[in-house]
Amino acid sequence: MRALKAYLRSPAALIGSVILLAVLVMGLGAAWFYPSDPLGLAGRPLQWPGQNPRFPLGTDPSGRDIAAQIVHGARISLLIGFVATSIAVVIGIAIGSLSGFYGGLVDTVLMRVTEAFQTLPNFLLLLVLVAVFGSTIQTVTIAIGIVSWPPVARLTRAEFMTLRTRDFVQACRVQGLGDAHLILREVLPNALPPVIVYASVVMAVAILLESALAFLQLSDPNVPSWGNLIGLGRNVLRTEWYVSAIPGLAILLTILGVSLVGQGLNDALNPRLASGR
Amino acid sequence: MTGPDDILVAEALTRRFDPRLTIGDRIAGALGAPVERRPLRAVTDVSFAIRRGETLGLVGESGCGKSTLGRMVAGILPQTSGRVTLDGKPVMARGRKTTTRIQTVFQDPFASLNPRRRIGETIAEGPIAHGIVTRAGAPAFIAEWLARVGLDPAVAQRFPHQFSGGQRQRVAIARALAMRPDLLVCDEPVASLDVSIQAQILNLFLELRQALGLTCLFISHDLSVVRHVADRVAIMYLGRIVEVGPAARIHAAPRHPYARALLDSVPKLRLDATSVTFRPIAGELPSPLAPPAGCAFHPRCPRASDLCRRERPDLVAGEDGAALACHHPEPAA
Repeated sequence: MRALKAYLRSPAALIGSVILLAVLVMGLGAAWFYPSDPLGLAGRPLQWPGQNPRFPLGTDPSGRDIAAQIVHGARISLLIGFVATSIAVVIGIAIGSLSGFYGGLVDTVLMRVTEAFQTLPNFLLLLVLVAVFGSTIQTVTIAIGIVSWPPVARLTRAEFMTLRTRDFVQACRVQGLGDAHLILREVLPNALPPVIVYASVVMAVAILLESALAFLQLSDPNVPSWGNLIGLGRNVLRTEWYVSAIPGLAILLTILGVSLVGQGLNDALNPRLASGR
Repeated sequence: MTGPDDILVAEALTRRFDPRLTIGDRIAGALGAPVERRPLRAVTDVSFAIRRGETLGLVGESGCGKSTLGRMVAGILPQTSGRVTLDGKPVMARGRKTTTRIQTVFQDPFASLNPRRRIGETIAEGPIAHGIVTRAGAPAFIAEWLARVGLDPAVAQRFPHQFSGGQRQRVAIARALAMRPDLLVCDEPVASLDVSIQAQILNLFLELRQALGLTCLFISHDLSVVRHVADRVAIMYLGRIVEVGPAARIHAAPRHPYARALLDSVPKLRLDATSVTFRPIAGELPSPLAPPAGCAFHPRCPRASDLCRRERPDLVAGEDGAALACHHPEPAA
């Protein structure tokens, strides 16, 4: 409750929440706003925004409605963001908590694996995964999750290493409670706040990674994602730049929203800033 | 020193902390260079026994190893050598604790309670895990223990940050006692509390000890606190026990010069005397990385002789569970 109040006091968090909520409404209501297939032919190609009242944001090089693709694309971007972030956070917490809690050999082995992932550039690894497993929306999402977990693991590990020696954990050890109890019920709840904050960064990066893939036309071409639209606009960038600029703006705003929410969460969950302690 | 009544026996208990080598040192060592690796001896060759129903006070300055000793007895920290047995069975085996019959009350009640769990859960989770109480019986069990430590049973659903330091320490005591321990290790349980609260917690402790017939190891740096709660007192200096004896006798007539110095360093306000006297102990506690040769106390001891600088006195057992390690003790009263 105290954390919620602190969260609502922060203007950054409020603005971020409003933006994110708007994107969410757009994504959830996509089928209601634009019931027909956003990838279907709608009119003459490359009409500028405002030129035709039927297409407020114009049409792309294939004559598809950009507004419909933006609205449906919100669903795809958010879905990729949420699912990829969940995958990264689950893997990261699992590896980081075991590593930080047990230390020693377990820590050494798991951290070497993590470092192996970290030394490869994210995007390069993503390209390899997509090249090997194909570029359906499912594989792209899973691949983004797989390249994003190492920082989460390191952060969780650091939290576990400081928390595992605390007296309240020792007290539970003295009471003969098992390691599973110690990890899941004693340490993890206390380690979670910074990880939740970091998850917002992971989500922003996940959305960007998908856009970058789509820009290189390596993402799933059968879904109306924002990245795909930017990729379509690449060929007409000098004349009809709006085709790339409009989805670019949508990505910018969404990531701004996610980052502001992350900052608000950080202010609310950071015990050193929270009052009344 | 051991007898049939002894419930806990510590034999030749030693704890050494080896410094971790840096990568540079390791490479130098692998290449054949001499690498200095000085271990820190926190506790050296400590033996003692606690009788059933007895409270043993463990007193010493900060850094003398008393908390390390307490943690070894509680099974939190594995010993380097020696052993601790409870009713003849070792407390630790292969680096893991084997019993829950020893419980601990920690010094800092702000660190010893999980900030994200309700205090009712904190009290009941151990007993539930060990079948002392069923999950269905937990609310009544929690209420009973809260009442026993002088808290309102209605507060079970609160979080630790809603309590004061003294109340938190009551919760910590309830958590430890709810496990029905045979031995309670109290590691400076009142040192972080306000003086006015200290007395309340000590009184609670005395009441519960009487009611439950507890056996305790009570660690403190404050001899005047220990005198109130302990039957026997062990004085520790730089990782070794230097004197053991009945609390009243140690307080009235200590024989080891260090025990005497500890007593004299407590400020005393005598209403019948014209002056307020206290004498601080000269010098500082030497580093356990480089303990002095001979008796560790000799650089600060007013009675030190050449013998003390050369030879370390052994801890010699006397009558009635007393023991002393000094070449030149103060005369017995």
